[in-house]
Formats: sequence, structure tokens, C-alpha cells
Amino acid sequence: MPRYFTEDHEWVDVDGTAATVGITDYAQVQLGDVVFVELPAAGKALSKGEPCAVVESVKAASDVYAPVSGTVTAGNDALEADPALVNSAAEGAAAGGGWFFKLTLSDSGELDGLMDAASYAAFVGGL
Amino acid sequence: MSMDETFTGNHALMLEEPLIFEIGASDRTGVDFDLAAVATDELAGLLRTAPIGLPGLSESEVVRHYTRLSRQNYAIDLGLFPLGSCTMKHNPRLNEKVARMPGFADIHPLQPQSTVQGAFGVIDELAHWLITLTGMQAVAMSPKAGAHGELCGILCIKAALEARGEDRRVILVPESAHGTNPATAAFAGFAVESIPATSEGRVDVAALKARLGPDVAGVMITNPNTCGLFERDMKAISNAVHGVGGYVYCDGANFNAIVGRVRPGDLGIDAMHINLHKTFSTPHGGGGPGSGPVVLSAALAPFAPLPFVERQGERFVLIEEETAADHHAQSFGRMCAFHGQMGMFTRALAYILSHGADGLRQVAEDAVLNANYILRSLEDVLDAPFAHSGPCMHEALFSDAGLAEGFTTIDVAKGMIDEGYHPMTVYFPLVVHGAMLVEPTETESKTALDQFIGALRSVALRAKQGDPSLKSAPHFSPRSRVDEVLAARQPVLVWREDRAGE
Amino acid sequence: MRYLPLNDADRRSMLGVIGAGSIDDLFADVPAEARLDGPIAGLPLHASELSVERHMAALSGRNMAAGSVPFFLGAGAYRHHIPASVDHLIQRGEFLTAYTPYQPEIAQGTLQMLFEFQTQVARLYGCDVANASMYDGSTACWEAVGMARRVTKRSKALIAGGLHPHYASVARTMSKYTGDTLVEMTPNPLADEGAALIAAIDGETSCVVVQYPDIFGRVTDLRPLAEAAHAAGALLIAVVTEPVALGLIEAPGAMGADIVVGEGQSIGVGLQFGGPYLGLFACKDKYVRQMPGRLCGQSVDATGRRAYVLTLSTREQHIRREKATSNICTNSGLCALAFSIHMSLLGEAGLRQLAVINHARATAAAAALNAVLGVTVASGPFFNEFRITLNADAREVARTLATRGILCGVPLGRLYPDRADLANDLLVTATETTSDADIAVLCTALGELLS
Repeated sequence: MPRYFTEDHEWVDVDGTAATVGITDYAQVQLGDVVFVELPAAGKALSKGEPCAVVESVKAASDVYAPVSGTVTAGNDALEADPALVNSAAEGAAAGGGWFFKLTLSDSGELDGLMDAASYAAFVGGL
Repeated sequence: MSMDETFTGNHALMLEEPLIFEIGASDRTGVDFDLAAVATDELAGLLRTAPIGLPGLSESEVVRHYTRLSRQNYAIDLGLFPLGSCTMKHNPRLNEKVARMPGFADIHPLQPQSTVQGAFGVIDELAHWLITLTGMQAVAMSPKAGAHGELCGILCIKAALEARGEDRRVILVPESAHGTNPATAAFAGFAVESIPATSEGRVDVAALKARLGPDVAGVMITNPNTCGLFERDMKAISNAVHGVGGYVYCDGANFNAIVGRVRPGDLGIDAMHINLHKTFSTPHGGGGPGSGPVVLSAALAPFAPLPFVERQGERFVLIEEETAADHHAQSFGRMCAFHGQMGMFTRALAYILSHGADGLRQVAEDAVLNANYILRSLEDVLDAPFAHSGPCMHEALFSDAGLAEGFTTIDVAKGMIDEGYHPMTVYFPLVVHGAMLVEPTETESKTALDQFIGALRSVALRAKQGDPSLKSAPHFSPRSRVDEVLAARQPVLVWREDRAGE
Repeated sequence: MRYLPLNDADRRSMLGVIGAGSIDDLFADVPAEARLDGPIAGLPLHASELSVERHMAALSGRNMAAGSVPFFLGAGAYRHHIPASVDHLIQRGEFLTAYTPYQPEIAQGTLQMLFEFQTQVARLYGCDVANASMYDGSTACWEAVGMARRVTKRSKALIAGGLHPHYASVARTMSKYTGDTLVEMTPNPLADEGAALIAAIDGETSCVVVQYPDIFGRVTDLRPLAEAAHAAGALLIAVVTEPVALGLIEAPGAMGADIVVGEGQSIGVGLQFGGPYLGLFACKDKYVRQMPGRLCGQSVDATGRRAYVLTLSTREQHIRREKATSNICTNSGLCALAFSIHMSLLGEAGLRQLAVINHARATAAAAALNAVLGVTVASGPFFNEFRITLNADAREVARTLATRGILCGVPLGRLYPDRADLANDLLVTATETTSDADIAVLCTALGELLS
């Protein structure tokens, strides 16, 4: 299933209209040890680019922006008990991974503006 | 038993101390009462019968418990605190004596006003000093801390704009500002926009002027700024902001650099909070209480919060909600119960009277002298990003440039602990990478400064050479580095018997 | 000057190292027109300790100290006996002159004390957790309303009439900026407002704010109110201005309050003419990340020893900046220490006994006052503060009695100046510091004045 990336270091896996969102490994390294993640509630409508989650380390709190528009279907409850998953498995989209939430896409056309893995790697390389 | 281990876990004078919950008991007490416990009535069936879980100890045990705890703290009374923008100066004991005079400590805020004229006199006298030292027109004495004072100033600005029938949404804040500035502006409903700095570490006036417009309510400027530098263009900034109908809020955290030498009022500001626990020596107390009176321009004075003290002929009167309508109807309201931090007013006034106008001027001079001495004594070993642009004010700013690979500002900070110092301010301001901000204040002797400089030089060199022992510093303090990640992931904020032994 | 260690030789030497000719060179960035060329005119010059002490003592002498006269004031600030050790311990330099404990390795004294304090407050209030203190009860109350908005995502706060009018005034002021709507019940000392509060709760209510004991000294069961609030999805916020009461009467947390806030000055801090005081803030575990203020948490250090550290700092303004849970920047550390020491000296047994004695003194005062012609004591349960009605204007009476060296209580007219119906009412407080002689003097004086 294709994975897309944003310049704010979010990734989104897309399977039809079902999407899974998380932050990249690069982002978790920048953040340091993650202590808490605040996730959007199921049912919440998100617009692309809107801040929708917060990931906290000891010294900083960073916004996570919705890479695409849609409606949240589920948050990753495992992060509440074990926020360290974001560090150990940031790009894991399955159970046991550090994914943040799943949503139903409202406009798959938005994916055209996102990067693929190669472009993202190049983007990160230039930072 | 090895060299490091003792039966008690103590190391001579370094004493471990359990929690009161581990050594006290619910049936022990260190207080005697004259009246024996008497029967009580039912109190509408609301008697508290279940155990509360509050341990007690005899007086001697309590004294020992807290004395032992106190010895695990660094303090100004022990040594230099190089914390930038905190102004950790000596806390005179005369302040404490004066604050405890029964006529100050043992009076109730709601006593008939005729019985507390001396208290109002203190507030009035201190207010007069603050207004005169800053060249402003009025002062709101009630804010309970610096951030509370910032809020007061911003709310005065908001009230002034409303009185003009204007709804301006934007406050401009330099990117080097302390976090309370944008937080305060956001609380009051403003959108915060950043003003960049020049390569000389000061507000980019051109960029500021370019952004000014009818939607700008005002600016929040710290002067001297958080890089320890005087904003040379402060008057021009004020003029430009006033020119578009905005107001100028000045964060007075760094007033110690200029007290008695410069009046912020002469630079066109409209409001400035003063931290009595910084410039005016009231004790930091391990984290408060503070006090944040706010001096105001004539434009903002009508909006000051309630209550305040006014001289009416021969007597002082407290203006509260009741009489506010007469002549202070535009007050934006009340920020706290009662009248403000009286205990800090007495302390600050005792300090101010001790120094007097000449002494306060000397305070600023010695504070600036000490900071420049540190800057020039260390700029060969630590990168000082603005050292080339002229003198600093009361604090010296260094960056982490030149430290060995993998070594950061935090390692320098922790190394200083082993040298017997509280670390300097680190990672602030954000505009300098790995910032180290050092404010010695005027109460440090040359000997104390030389020792500090020597210590920081030594630790800096170790960091530049990549001394691995720095990474695990501090080694000699009561505790080594604390796991803050664990504390945040699994917060344990209270003692629980079922977690005993954790 | 006694606080300035540098002498002229030091200054010259240091200027030499700096490479500046004079101190004025270091102020070169100050524009010429803003430079003051000497001490500001009209202000006195430096003074000796002796001289400052005399000046301040003269000002102090113009105030009537509570301990020197029969004293019966309360209304949010209470006079209790503070054991001598408290003041000595808080003046240890390592406590008095310590900084905020941001470097935990050299601040375990302050941090362990704060952890003990948080536990004491949580238990006193009957809650799961408490923070490391706030400025005072009134700002803690306001912050609780803000927290209720964050938790419930609603913005209509129901404010009981029994809330201290200063606290209500602060809430009214701050709500203008946060968009909270306050529904304020009319203060009515003659009727129980529980039913009216319950009737006013609806699906838009974020919280119900009620004081316990209330401003008129009344004590009522909070359980029905808690149930009604929860049924509507709202939080119950209980405000306690006299913590000694909780040594005798049930804790609000145990009665279902979600957030309990209040003033801690009764224990360890003293009257101090209104400040510095001590805001207490406690709540249920599930709301901890929405709680404002500093928090001290338990952890371990690199060698595995138990250690304490400030935690959950990302709620605070110096990190969240615009998105902070509040703009609070400090706690009331030294006052928290005083509270904690006093509480450790009392222990549960001492606190209970202190509370019983307070209630007994107030009951005795009420009985004696009830026998005075012209005085009616309000009925109903109270802790150590109760309302009496005089057959004269209470503010006038209070002023007259003050000239006779009696501080008789807080006239309701001072707190509610536009309420003619309350003009004859007086709040009277008695604590363990109130003697039989004090009560007798008050009764005699009132009897003479009102006849």
C-alpha cells in the first residue's frame, strides 16, 4: 500500500479511502523520548494542514498536522500506555507500531501534493 | 562494605531523608493544645470520619526532617546563581525582619481602613518609588507574580483599545522573548506574530515597522532584551507603534541593568511589570511567591485593575469595586482577592530605602560591570555571539559553538554543579544555539566572580576537549541526573501506601 | 553599601580587564537623551539598617495588629496560631533563597517538600492529585473554571451565590477574555441554594462552582450537587477558603467534587494583609494533564535512587507558549513549605483536634452573641465562621468598635456594598486564638452600642 510523506514529517498509508497516519523516524529522533501523545477523537473531521495531534517530549510539545482531509476513525490506544512506541516504531502502521490514528479520506486528490519515500528522503537529506 | 556504602546511606554531612509519610504517623503530633478535645455536634451529618492520611511528628523530628531537606538545596546564601534574567541577588535579612513586624504580618485585609493606614502607607510609598524610578504615571500593585503582571499590562492595553472602540487582533513579540509573553498575549485573545532579530541580537526595527498597521494592538519588548543587550532603538520603536495607534508593553524582568540609570518611561513605553523578587531582592523561596506590580503610562492608567491605594488628603483610601465607579469606572476588573503581595511590598520597600536613589543606581552599574567582566573574561574560551557588537548589559550570552562532537550545553551546565554552582540559564533565548545566559548581579564580589569564571573556563575546556566524565555529571551532588522521561511517562505525583518501596 | 561588595579598586581593575574607560562606556547603547546623569532627584539616598527599621516600624505602628486586640475577622483569610518552628525553618537560607527547582540534582530539598505538600493537599481535599500550589485561592478558582472548559469543551460556568465575592469578581474579569459565560446565582444568606443550583445545571454547563463552607459560613452536603452535575456531564468545583475545616467536616473530593481548590493561608502562612497567600489545587487522576501550575513527580536518578523532579512541564507557558494551559509562571513555594511544615507538626490527630477546638470556640462565641440584645445569630450548621444580624448598620458598628480596639468581624456591607438587605449583617469568626475574654469584650461592647 502506498505511503506518502509531508514536509512536516508525517507519513500516511493509503488503502482505498482508509488511511493511517504517523510521524516519521526522522521526526522522532528530533523530538527525543516521547512522553505523551494527544490524539484526535474518533469522529472528528480534519482538514489538510490543520493541527490535529500533539506529541510531547520532556522539553517540548509539537503539533502534528493532518496530511490529508478526512474523518478520524480510530486513535492508536496503545500510545497511551506506551508512548515510547513512537520512538521505537514510529513508522509502524500495524498493531504494535507507533502510528497515531486512522481516518477515512475525503479527497484523494490531496495525495498528489505529497511526497513519496524517495522525495522525502531527499528532502530530509537537504535539512 | 565498600568505600561508598554506609549502613545509613548517608555520607557524613550529606544526609538521606525519607518522606514524612514513611516516618510519621496519624496519631503523632508536634503541637499542644490548651483545650482538651471536646465533643462536637453532628454538623448536619457531615463529620469527617474516614482516615485522612496525614502523618504527624514531634517538633524535634519535624525540625530535623526539614533541616536535612534544606541541605539538599543550592541557594543564593550558598553561592552565585548565574541564571540569566532571574537576578538572583542577595536577599537581605532586614527584609525578613521588617515583613514580620506584627503591624504588617498580623493584619487582616478586610480590617476597617482606619486601622491599617500604615499598611496603605507602605503600598503608597513603594508605588511612589516604582513610578519615579521608571518615569511612569501610575502603578497597579495587585498582580501576584511577574507573569500575572504581564497579564495585567496586556489587559490594560486591551481595555484601552476597547474604550476607543477598536478591535485590534495582533500583538508583535520578538522571537527572543520569554515564553510568558506570547502565552499572555494569546490568553487575552490576541494573535501573536514574531519580530525577527538583527545579527546584532536586537529587534529588527525595519521589519517591525513594515509589519505595523491598524490591526496591531501593540508590541511586547524586553529591554534590556533576553540576549542581555540594550535595545538602542527603543524610543523609535515606541514612536512607530504609537504612530499606528498601538501600545508598548515592556517586560521588566531585566530592570536590574538600568534601574537608576535609565527610566523606561523616557523610552515611550505604556506598561511594564516589575519583578520585586528580581530587581528588588524579595526572596525566591524555592519557586515563589513573587510579586509583579505594573507601572503604567497616562494612557493606560484609567484601566488599571482593582483594588488600589489612593491618598485623599491626610489619609489613604483603598479603592475597591464599591468606589471604583466614581473615578475608575474603566478599570478592567479584579485580578485576585484582597490587595496584592503585602509581604513582598514591605520587603521590597526595606530594600529600596536601604539603597536609596544613589544605591540603586550603583546596583545597575555593578550589575552591568560584573556581567561585562564575565563576558570579556570568557569570550576566548566560549563563543559569545554578540560580543563583537559592544558591551552587554547585566547578562552575558554564550553559545555551544566549539564544543566537542556530541557535547552540548547541558553537559556544561551539569559540570558546573560539581564545581559548586547552580547552572546558568540554558537553551534560552531560543535565538542562540545551545544558549548559556549568565547574570551574576551586583551582589557578587570580584573574588566570587573570579572563582566562577575559573570554574566555567575549566568546564568549558573539558566540554571542548570531549571529557567523557562530563556526560555523566554531576557526580558529587545529592542526586545524579534524574530520569525526566520516566517522570513524564508514568507520573507519580502523590505518595501512596500501596506503592511503598518503589 | 552593605549589600554591594565591590570597592573602587575592584571596579577599576575590572574595567581594565573589560577594556573600558569608565562605567558609562558600558551604557553606551543607551541613547543620550535617555541617560540619567545622577541619582533621580526627589528620592532619598541610602540609609542604614537602623534608619530603615525605624521608618518601617513607624508605619507598622500605625496598624492595629490582630493579635493585640479581640479579633473576629474571616471571610477568606483566617488567623491561626503558627508554631514557632515554622518560621524558623522557612528562613533557612537553603529554603528562603533557593530558586525554582529546575535543576533537580541540587534541589531535592524543595522537590521532596513539594511532593509531600502535593500529597498532603490531595489527602486533605479528598482528591487523587494536587499541584505544587498557585498564587492564591481566587486565581486557583479561576484556573479551575478554565480547566473545566478544557475538559468538558463547554463554556458555561455556574457560580454559586455562596462564593467569596472577590473570587467571583476575579472570575468575572477573566471570563471576558476566555469566552466563558458565567451564570451567577444571587448571594442569599437566608436560603439554601442547593436546589436552585441543581435546577440551573443543563447540557451546556461546564462546571458548578460552590464554596465550602460558603462565604456566610454555611456548611452543606455537596453530594446531591455532585450527582446532578455529573448527570449533566459537568464538573463540580468546590472552593475551600478555610482548610482547617477539613479536619472536622467531610472533604469535597469524597463528596464527588472533580476539582477542589482553595486558600491555604490558614495553615502556616498567616494573615499578611492579603498576600502572599497559597493557592491549593487538586483534582481527579484522569484530569491531571489538564491541571495548571507546577507539578512535582517521583522518579529515579542515574544511580537508581529515588529522586523528585518537576514534570509534565509541557503544559506550561515557557514551553507551550501560545498553547499553554494557563499563563502561570510560578507557584507559591515558600508558602507551600510553611503549610507543609505546619501540617507535619499537626499531623492528622493535631488537625482534627485543632478543627474541633475551632468549632467549639465559634459555637461558644455564637451562643454568647445570641444573648446580646440587638444581635441575632443565623441558624444552621457552621464550622468556625457564622453570620449575625445587628439592629444597626454593621459597617458603622465595625468602625466604631475599631476605635475602641475591637476588630469585630467582616461586615457584609464591605463585601456587598450595593445590597441594602445585607447592610446589618456581620461575619464573625472564632479560632483557637479566640479567648473567652475576647468574646466577653465583644459581647459587652456590642451590647452597649446596640442598646
